[in-house]
Amino acid sequence: MDPVGALALRMGDNALILGHRVSEWCGHAPVLEEDIALANIALDLIGQAQLWLGLAGEVDGRSADELAFLRDTWDFRCLLLVEQPNGDFGRTVMRQFLFDAWHVEMLRGMCGSSEPRVSEIAQKAVREVEYHLERSSAQVIALGDGTEESHARMQAALEWLWPWAGEALAADPVDVALAEAGIAPAVEDLRPGWEATLRAVLGEATLTIPESDFAHRGGKDGKRHSEALGHLLTQMQWLQRAYPGAEW
Amino acid sequence: MAEVRLSEAEVWEVLGGVPDPEIPVISLVDLGVIRGVGYEGDTLVVTVAPTYSGCPATAVINMDIDAALRAAGVEQLELRRQLAPPWTTDWLSAEGRAKLEAYGIAPPQPAGGPERCPRCASKNLQKISQFGSTPCKAQWRCGDCLEPFDYFKCI
Repeated sequence: MDPVGALALRMGDNALILGHRVSEWCGHAPVLEEDIALANIALDLIGQAQLWLGLAGEVDGRSADELAFLRDTWDFRCLLLVEQPNGDFGRTVMRQFLFDAWHVEMLRGMCGSSEPRVSEIAQKAVREVEYHLERSSAQVIALGDGTEESHARMQAALEWLWPWAGEALAADPVDVALAEAGIAPAVEDLRPGWEATLRAVLGEATLTIPESDFAHRGGKDGKRHSEALGHLLTQMQWLQRAYPGAEW
Repeated sequence: MAEVRLSEAEVWEVLGGVPDPEIPVISLVDLGVIRGVGYEGDTLVVTVAPTYSGCPATAVINMDIDAALRAAGVEQLELRRQLAPPWTTDWLSAEGRAKLEAYGIAPPQPAGGPERCPRCASKNLQKISQFGSTPCKAQWRCGDCLEPFDYFKCI
């Protein structure tokens, strides 16, 4: 596959699937302000998904909507982390933080992409994602260094999510080809910034980073998604599956 | 209606009369989303920078531009999306900032928070939430008049 298309599909699927997951909180968040904030973050991500999937579609001749609603599990290229269920509020916040910390490094690196269409989307998205990281960091600190209950939930969330977090930082052949072409930053160049953010924020949150470096693989190459993605797609895609081409 | 060829200044004037769909007190020109106006042959090309990637107003903004210019007699029109350089609140006009404040929305500040309460000008302010009723706003509260208010986020 064309490397620009492959990158756009990965970025677009991450934004789409996490945007959908976060939108599941709409009407259910613990307080009104959180409900609005989560809906706004979901909206940013779904907007970014439109840009990335629009680019992926330019490359392979399908529309962003067709890519979002008419592919099945094995054709998605999102990280395993973003498809994981919301769990409690703490797990949702921790998932967002672990993703934002990687996302911001990736987008900053892509602002200097050799491919102008990638660079311009990255320049647009990075400002929104810096704001997401600012917010998810503040929440991880407030809840981690909060009550005994919130601390325990945040530590449990970190431990539960940890095996899903490493995939983003493990290069595969597509990542290597993109870095060699100067289209995206090398994965190993993202690690120092990602780790520095984690150490600073999780340290201030009084949370302990798990020692294991085990990471599940199979999301970004589509070889082995977790069970959760199929369930998510049944919700996200049912309307276009039941009424193909429906519009309003 | 017969086709008229508006001058660029007339196009800017028409667009200056099109309100932002979410914050109708400012125009699209005040908002800074109109990045260019010009003719390519007989086609009028208007370049528009979206605010936030997922802002639902983006589609409405494009429809409103299209409708306003067609009502002014333009027939050959193309709207072009500009992603880079990305829209920034630095592009809000001075007039737009003043209109926002008069309307009760604190204009963006590089410091990352409102300068003063848009109602009573107090500087005793608290942040309620980093997000508000639209992607471009956050919620703050005044410690003196006790009113909550919207702050236009700096981006």
